[in-house]
Order: sequence, then structure tokens, then C-alpha cells
Amino acid sequence: MLFPSYSNILLAGIFDPFFPPPSSTTATSVDNLFYFILWVSVFFFAIIVGVMGLFLVRYRQRSGIQPQPSPSHNNLLEIGWSVLPGLILAVIFFWGFTDFLDMRRAPDNAYEIQVVAKKWNWSFKYPNGHVDNNLHVPVDKPVRLVMSSDDVIHSLYVPAFRLKMDVVPGRYTSTWFEATTTGDFVLFCAEYCGTQHSSMLAKVVVHPSGEFEPWLENAANFLEDLTPAEGGKILYTRRGCVQCHSVVENAAPMTGPTFYGSFGTSQTLADGSSIIVDENYIRESILEPQAKVRAGYKPVMPTYQGQLKNEEIDALIAFIKSLSGEETAQ
Amino acid sequence: MIAANPIVTARNSDDNYLTAGKGIKSWVFTLDHKRIGVMYLVGIVLSFFLGGIMALLVRAELFTPGKLFLTEDKYNEIFTLHGAIMTFLFLIPSIPAVLGNFFLPMMLGAKDVAFPRMNLVSFHLWVFGAIFFLAALLFGGLDTGWTFYTPYSTTTNSTVIAATMGVFILGFSSIFTGLNFVVTINTMRPAGMTWFRLPLFLWSLYATSIIQLLATPVLGITMILLTAEKMLGIGVFDPKLGGDPVLYQHFFWFYSHPAVYIMILPAMGVISELISVFSRKPIFGYRFVAFSSIAIALLGFLVWGHHMFVSSQSAMAAVIFSALTFSVSIPSAIKVFNWLATMYKGAIRLDTPMCYALSFILLFGIGGLTGLFLGALSTDVHLHDTYFVVAHFHYVMMGGTLIAFFAGLHYWWPKMFGRMYSERWAKVACLLIFVGFNWTFFPQFLLGTQGMPRRYARYEEQFQSLHRVSTTGAMVLGVGLFASAGVLGHSLVRGRKAPANPWGAATLEWQTTSPPPLHNFKHVPTVSYPYDYTDLVYEGESSGYVRRPAMPLKRDVPEVKEPALV
Repeated sequence: MLFPSYSNILLAGIFDPFFPPPSSTTATSVDNLFYFILWVSVFFFAIIVGVMGLFLVRYRQRSGIQPQPSPSHNNLLEIGWSVLPGLILAVIFFWGFTDFLDMRRAPDNAYEIQVVAKKWNWSFKYPNGHVDNNLHVPVDKPVRLVMSSDDVIHSLYVPAFRLKMDVVPGRYTSTWFEATTTGDFVLFCAEYCGTQHSSMLAKVVVHPSGEFEPWLENAANFLEDLTPAEGGKILYTRRGCVQCHSVVENAAPMTGPTFYGSFGTSQTLADGSSIIVDENYIRESILEPQAKVRAGYKPVMPTYQGQLKNEEIDALIAFIKSLSGEETAQ
Repeated sequence: MIAANPIVTARNSDDNYLTAGKGIKSWVFTLDHKRIGVMYLVGIVLSFFLGGIMALLVRAELFTPGKLFLTEDKYNEIFTLHGAIMTFLFLIPSIPAVLGNFFLPMMLGAKDVAFPRMNLVSFHLWVFGAIFFLAALLFGGLDTGWTFYTPYSTTTNSTVIAATMGVFILGFSSIFTGLNFVVTINTMRPAGMTWFRLPLFLWSLYATSIIQLLATPVLGITMILLTAEKMLGIGVFDPKLGGDPVLYQHFFWFYSHPAVYIMILPAMGVISELISVFSRKPIFGYRFVAFSSIAIALLGFLVWGHHMFVSSQSAMAAVIFSALTFSVSIPSAIKVFNWLATMYKGAIRLDTPMCYALSFILLFGIGGLTGLFLGALSTDVHLHDTYFVVAHFHYVMMGGTLIAFFAGLHYWWPKMFGRMYSERWAKVACLLIFVGFNWTFFPQFLLGTQGMPRRYARYEEQFQSLHRVSTTGAMVLGVGLFASAGVLGHSLVRGRKAPANPWGAATLEWQTTSPPPLHNFKHVPTVSYPYDYTDLVYEGESSGYVRRPAMPLKRDVPEVKEPALV
């Protein structure tokens, strides 16, 4: 499984049938409001079932028994059962409203991460320029996410943090959280976005205090210590190519063509012409995916213009080459 | 007014609207509101069948976390089909177009609706729109979800334009029906039937019609804008052209939230009739129940933003919409309490329609109460777009509208077709539906709180056990629905003849024969308070109820035959 630790979390959650353990500063209050509404609902539902059951037993039609007269209305009673639930509703509204404002207003000292969503992957950009497809954050520190989408509406959803916010093209949305537990958590896309909506997942990694900064520094420079093909392999997963392109022989058909053995081959395009898959074609397909679409595939790939550095594109080309047994000069 | 002779009016007759004309043309071009209602019934049952098959396919695929038999694209198309068919072709027209068309004029003691031709056009538009819509869905691979959110819907390859035109046409069908009902209720009430002697089903239809008239044009405009956006690139919704994708959600929910009340208000009207009839008691707090329908219709226009708490609308807007949302829950609660109070000191009969009505109160109760979790801002952030929402609206729409439609159908079936169904088997089907429904949808509340997002073709393994429970329940529910169709179908062939008034109801439609004659009443029906059951007595010979003359008659006075109306 992609997210083994998440299943552990849910196993631990057997004791709470409703929620994964609260892992952010705002989660507990959300859960408490949920349980408050739950008990209010159970109370009213028990009244409905109880009264219905009682009347069914007592006033079930039997031979010789006629309906007995009773008032056709009672203003005091009716106003009472309109106003009293109204008061409880006011409490629920107010509780939800105040917590919501806390959830919307990020603390001033929050650490900022830029989020870009596109079909069908996430990328998280850190202040030092590092881009990752998983969200790494320090524990016990408020983190603000500034989000935008490259194509359609997506929604960032981390159940463990009780956190959700839509990611909309053409504008920035933001949200924040402060993780209270270290470990891995799952992040979903919650707004329907097409074919692989249900695979648009990422991992939230909450680092113990003091470990986030070293991780970030290492991560930003990972290409330096690797061969281009090895670096490309990491980028392939990290930047979301993995969602649509396979890299093994005889893989099941995916949204995009396979990388396996593709380098150097001649391929037909949607318009009937043909091209050779070489360095230039791969580079163009990354930056302008719609320019030359392979026959039999939908033109759905988003552009990576401005999102991949030159050396990263080179590394990806090297990786794709390596899948055809080609060697790249260092 | 001539006093109706109860014995004569209660007799059945073979001269009825079903036999009044022969051949396909006598149906397709009929102006008779009853035949139009029956044709709507056929169309709506077919739509429900199609949508139900889609639902079972979705549930079957979700039996396993990975692929069982549907690719992701096919899954997305099928859940879109399910939602779109159920909403636009089944739920919105269901009760008003079938039961409303058939019984609104009859409950007024009238011959037809105010504009019979417009009524027929409404049906023809429905058929036309449905064919258009289904063709677009089935052959075009529509994959946007029933909500058509931009910019996904303006960028996907599937046939969004044809589908939105279908919705546009269906919208006009709905507007025509609403307009007809408003005019009919305003102008055709018989002498003695004041607004506060109107059956509550008609109050609810009146409130529904107001929403249909005011909200549906907005849907039409939205669909036109969406089409123009996709065809001409006018840039209303597309951020690349300076448009605002979230604006579409405002437009869409400005119609679609009131549409929820188009679906549930008539359902509440049916339940108000049934609880009273089967408890043999006048409805408790008539005015509160009547005005709560109007309150729901009006407040329903002010809460659309609660679908958009995390959509990036301003926090201020979210807070206001949350507050207004709680206000709309009060009139719904009033109805539930009044229904229960109606049963107090009654003589409750558990016939099939009453079993469905009581199921409605329980399921709608759960649906309404779980709405509180979604109306509250902080809990909605976690629950929005998860299975909790899926479970919630199925409890309201299926546990509410569908169950009430079944309740009403079983209640009025003898009047519509002149046949009684098997009580025992109808109750078995009702129980299967109730159990299967909860079995299917209750686990989905837990899936939602645990974080399972909706519209997912594939899911994480830890959700599997709850999904399996849900899928198993769906099969039970499916069996229940088929059983219920079988029971009703069987009655048409083998059912015993229905008396004029099998349940002892006091509304006017029960004063004529079953099935009614072409012009509904052979004698002017006697108008009285619609929930006064004191004069209705059971007559063993016809196994139905007849009205006891208000004043004791001398036995030796010969009964006078009155002239027929038509």
C-alpha cells in the first residue's frame, strides 16, 4: 500500500468509530462539537422513536375502540417545540462559527508553503525553492498553505487534521494547521477532478522538532549526489509523472504512454504524423504537453513550464533514456 | 348545493378514465390530467429503474478497493449517470408530476388543472428533455458529476452541451407544472374550501410550485451560460479568460438548493395526509404545518452558500449562510413534531402506506439531524465532500422523497387503477426497503467521518469493510424495490377491485369511484374539513368507507337520485 502508516492510524482508531486520532491543534474542538451534535441528535431521535413507539402501542386500532378527542392544536406547545430546539441550534451555530474563524485565520508567525494542484498530483514548494510531491512539515509549528490550481478545482483534505480547503484556478486560497503528532498522514483530493481523482493522494510527513530543517536542506540538493538517471527516477515519483506513465514492461494501460523502452522509437501522433522520441521531444512534451500528443491518448497532461529547472528536465530525460538501456554522459 | 348520495357515489363503475379512450393517440395527446399523471408515472419509474441500475453498478464496483470491473473513467460516467438521472428525471418530477397531476384537481373537486394543454406540453417537454439528456449521457460519456462544476465541465471532452440543453428543457417542463398548480389552486378551489380547509398536500404543492417558478429559470440561465462558455468561450467562468469558476457554484446552488425543497416539500405533504388518515385524527396544528411549508420554501432560497463553506467564498459569507441554514431546520422539525402529535389518542392502522409514512419520519429524521453536522461550520470543513454528505442526502432524498413517493403511490394506487394490492407482500417489500436502506447508507456516515472522500473509484484498504457492508445492503434494498414493483404490478392483473374509499380518508378524491370517471366526479363532492373522520364508517359489503349522512335520515324516505354532472 501507498500509505501503510495510515492504516495503522485507523487500526488505532477502532476505539473511536468516527474519527482518525486528532493530530492538529484545531481537531479536538471539531471532534467535541461533532460529539455534542451527535448527542443532541441521539436525544431528539430517541424522543421521536419513543413517542412513535408509545403511540403505536397505545393507540393501535383495535375493534370497538374509537379515536378519542384531543386538542387540534396547542399554541404554547407548538411555539415551545419551535423555540427550544432553536436555542440548541444557536449554540451549535456559535460553536461551529468561532472554531471556523480560528481555522481560517493563520497565526502571523506561520511557516509558508506554496501548493500547486493539477490533474492528478500535488506539489509543495518550500521557501528555499525545493519542490516535493509530499507535504513535509515540522511538528508543533503553525504552517500556512497558499494554494492554487493549474487546471480545474481540487480540494486539499487531511482527515487527521480535520482540514479541507478548495484549490481554485485563477486565485489563491489559503489554509493553515499546526500538527501535534509526528508521523505520516494521508492527504486526499476532495473535489472531483476527472479520471484519476481517486488517486490524487499525497503523504503528509510531520517531522519531529529539529529534524525538519535538515531534511529540507538535504531534499533541496538531492540531485547533486546522484547520477542524472537516479535523480530523474526520484523526480518521476515526486513530481507526479508516476500518476500517468508506467516504467515497466507490459504495464497495464495508463492515462499517458509508457516510458519503458520508448526512447529512440518512432511514434504516431494524434494528427497522423510521426516523430522520434528524442531529447527534444521529451523536453517539449514536458513544457508544452499539448503540442504533439501521441495517437490514442487524451490531451490531458498539464504543463510543467516554470516548475522544473533545466537540470531536473535533464535528469528526467536521462531517466527515460535509461529505461531503453541508453547511457547518458555524466 | 345538492346533497350527494353516499351510497350512489361509492359504487364502482367500469366507465372510467382508463377506458374512456382507446389507442395510443388517446394517451399521447390526452388533455386528461389523470392520464398525464399515469404517463409521468411510467416515465419516472423507467428513469428510476435506470438510475437504480447505475447505483447498483457503483456499489458493486466499490466492493473492492481496487478495480473490480469498471475503469476509473467508466466509474465516473456511471456515478454521473446515477446522480443526474435520479435528480433531474426522478426526484424533481416524482411527486408533483405523478401524484400532484393526478390528485391536485381531484382534491379540489375539479375536472382538470387550470391549463390542461400546458399540462400536456409539460409532459411532452419532459419526454423530449429526458431523451435528449439520456442520449447525451449514454452516448457522450458525461463525466462531470450531476453538478457540472466549472472549469472541469468546460474543459472535459464529454457532451456537456447536449446534457445541459436536456436539463434546460426539463426545467421548462418543471416550470409549466408549477405555473399550472399555482393557478389551479388559486382559482379553482370549490365553494367552502378556504385556504385553511385546503388539504396539506396542496399547501405543499403550492409551496413547491413557487420554488419551481422562481428558481428553475436561474438553472436555465446557468445552463445557457455554461453552454455559451463552452461553445463561444465568453469567459464568465473560465479563469484563463478572467472568469470566476466559483461563480458557477453560486448560480448552480441558487437553483439546486431550493430544488432540494422541490423534492422534499411534496413528500412532507404526502406524509401529512397519510399520518392523519391512518391515525383517524385531524392533523395536529394545521396552520403550523401549512405555514412551515411556505417558510421552508422562502428560507430555502437563502441557504445555497452552505454547499460552499470551503470553496473559497469569504468567511463572512460562510458564517451568514451557516446561520440561515439552521433557521431552515426549524420548520422541518415542526412538521415532525406535529405528525407525532397527530397520532396521539388516534386509532392507528398500520396499512402499507402508513408503514412507509412511519419509515419516512425515521429516515427523514436521521437525514435532517445529520444535516446539523453539515450546517455547523467547523464540522463541515471535515465532512464536506465525504461519504458523510453522501449518506446525509440519501437519507433526505431517498429516505425522504422516494419513501414518501412510495407511501403516496401505495395510498392512491387503488384510486388510480381501481385495484387493491396484497397488503402482506407490500409490507414485506416495505420492510426490505427500510432495512436495506439503512444497511446501505448508515455505514456511509462512518466512512465519511473517517475521511473517505466521495466520487472515488478506488479507495484505501482500511475503508473496505464498511464499503462491503454498504454494498451488501444495496443488494437487499434492490430486492426490496423490485419486490414492491412486483406487488403493485401483480395487483393490476390479479388485485381485487378497490372500493371508492378504502382507507376512510376525508379528502374529496375519495368521494368518486375507483378508478375515477373521465371528468373525475359524477356528483358534486361535498366539501368539508379534509381531516374530519367522524362521519366515515366502514361498510363491509364493499370493504371500503362511506360517509354517514350528517343528519339521521328517516329510513322510509326514498332516496333521490341526483342528475349526473357530466
